[in-house]
Amino acid sequence: MSAIDVVDQQQAPAGSRVRLGGFRGLSREAKIGAGILALLFLAGLLAPWIAPYGQNQINFTDIYSPPSLAHLMGTDGAGRDVFSRTLFALRLDLAIVVLVTYPPLVIGVFVGAVAGYFGGIFDATLARIVDVTIAMPFMVLVIAVIAIVGPGVKGILIGVPLVAWALYARLSRSEMLVLREQPFMLATVALGYTTRRTIVRHAVPNLMRSSLIYSTLDMVANLLLLSGLAYLGLGAQPPNAELGSIIADGQSAMLTAWWVSTLPGLVVVLFGVGALLLGDGLSDGKLRGTLQ
Amino acid sequence: MSVAPEPVLSIEGLRVEFDMPFGRLVALRGASLSIRPGEIVGLVGETGSGKTLVCRSVMRLIPQRGRIADGRILFDGRDVLAMRPRELRDFRAHDVGMVFQDPFSTLNPVLRIGKQVEETLRVNFGLKKSEAQTRAVELLRDVGIPNPERRALSYPHEFSGGMRQRVMIALATASQPRLLLADEPTTALDVTTQAQILDLLVRLSEEGGMAVVLVSHDFGVIAQVCDRVAVMYGGHIVETGTIEEIHDGAEHPYTRGLLDSIPRLESAGRPTRLPVIPGVPPDPADEVSGCVFRPRCRYAQPACETVSMVLEPVSPGHETACPVRPFAVADSALTARAGARL
Repeated sequence: MSAIDVVDQQQAPAGSRVRLGGFRGLSREAKIGAGILALLFLAGLLAPWIAPYGQNQINFTDIYSPPSLAHLMGTDGAGRDVFSRTLFALRLDLAIVVLVTYPPLVIGVFVGAVAGYFGGIFDATLARIVDVTIAMPFMVLVIAVIAIVGPGVKGILIGVPLVAWALYARLSRSEMLVLREQPFMLATVALGYTTRRTIVRHAVPNLMRSSLIYSTLDMVANLLLLSGLAYLGLGAQPPNAELGSIIADGQSAMLTAWWVSTLPGLVVVLFGVGALLLGDGLSDGKLRGTLQ
Repeated sequence: MSVAPEPVLSIEGLRVEFDMPFGRLVALRGASLSIRPGEIVGLVGETGSGKTLVCRSVMRLIPQRGRIADGRILFDGRDVLAMRPRELRDFRAHDVGMVFQDPFSTLNPVLRIGKQVEETLRVNFGLKKSEAQTRAVELLRDVGIPNPERRALSYPHEFSGGMRQRVMIALATASQPRLLLADEPTTALDVTTQAQILDLLVRLSEEGGMAVVLVSHDFGVIAQVCDRVAVMYGGHIVETGTIEEIHDGAEHPYTRGLLDSIPRLESAGRPTRLPVIPGVPPDPADEVSGCVFRPRCRYAQPACETVSMVLEPVSPGHETACPVRPFAVADSALTARAGARL
């Protein structure tokens, strides 16, 4: 019996060790990454309650004061508390990042799965559309959309999903091509399940994995894009704080008040590190357990 | 045997072709088979003879590029090949079950065992969640999963091959189908597990009056459990009969060759060469006229080039596609002796 069990462990398909929702099954780096992300999301979510000052609370008697207990990240040129502004910026940015990352993921995964399952002309057409979409210069497209709808988050909310779904579609399509040849897919048909059930309930949970891992990378890219656009003044419009615009504001005082740009910048870095650790940890998850 | 009841499944002249880029392959050339309710029929033959394809044709699960070019499949009088999608789905869900060869990949790796059994109960029978849960545990217990309440929460990779095959059987028989197609269910398992799985199939067949088609290339497996055997060669069913008829009085030279090539325990210690059938199985790309076995047959006659491979009765229930009957004399003597003894 034990010999068979060993074989079973080896044949366990990738991902079977990782149970979404089962935090204890994750590798150490995934746990750290998840912890960092949870902290940042919580901070953003609770910003209105935990921020010591208002995001636009101006105090001209206290400009460019260095980090202290009263102002954890110091104050900027208008005497605004950078920590509070960063919290509010985080709140806005993370909301946008999630909005431009996950709805396209759902659409892309589904479209890719359907195309991969049925193949044929539909699949060929979709593959070409995906190629075109991915080949499109992303930044230029988003800026073009902003040029049409005007500066602000609306441009990002429209422009990013327009392109982002394509990579997920390609990922999930290629996984589906492998998956649809699996005997268990045949078995679902033999059990008389509908095609929709076969795809949605049996195939998608198996092919979500690569897309979910990629989505952590995508979130970081989207946050950087968002900050970049805000830095250029194409993101959320003042006085709303965005990580990129805080950094841009502080840039002129970089030599005298380094904290205004640097500390929010570190928050962006922290988010990136957290998301990548999580993604990396998830994709290595199969190495956890008895065979480690 | 009393009056033969109506067959639950009858396959007539089934021809399956694959249109490949390099030409047409004929995988089934005209297979005919009928299965009565509650009967366990073994389908034997070498690799590539079309055993699996017969099962997949019944389920209308022909691999890509393949199509059923000719023939009829009647289930309970209903024409399976003419079923519309909805009817076909209902047929797959309720009337037939299928167990596949490789238990390691026929269960969805990301869903718990219990969930997978529950799903078929909920989808195909409209059971409520709680009912389905109870019934799923019952089904798992019924196929011999120890401690089913706890094991229902396991994932497939936590099960051994034999256990997974039991789960697959539970899934396939959850609907209490009238016919179970078992496509080499024990090939991937070790011998002791194999015997348990076969016992399970026999028990389920007896309890539910379920007919079983047991595909195997192992005569030992077939002899252990089957009432009747159908021997396949080159996309044809060349002989059918009861285990005894086939084992003791095979009429088709291929069946004899197949039986002769089984290593026997009696020869242990006295090395003997196993007789083999010379030649190779027919290439599915070739269109063979007459008997497909002719090129390899020791008893081939010129007339064999024109015979149609139709099963002709030897005795009630025993049919062969060989019109030459090279063994008829010896066997009639055997029957005569047996008759005299009675």
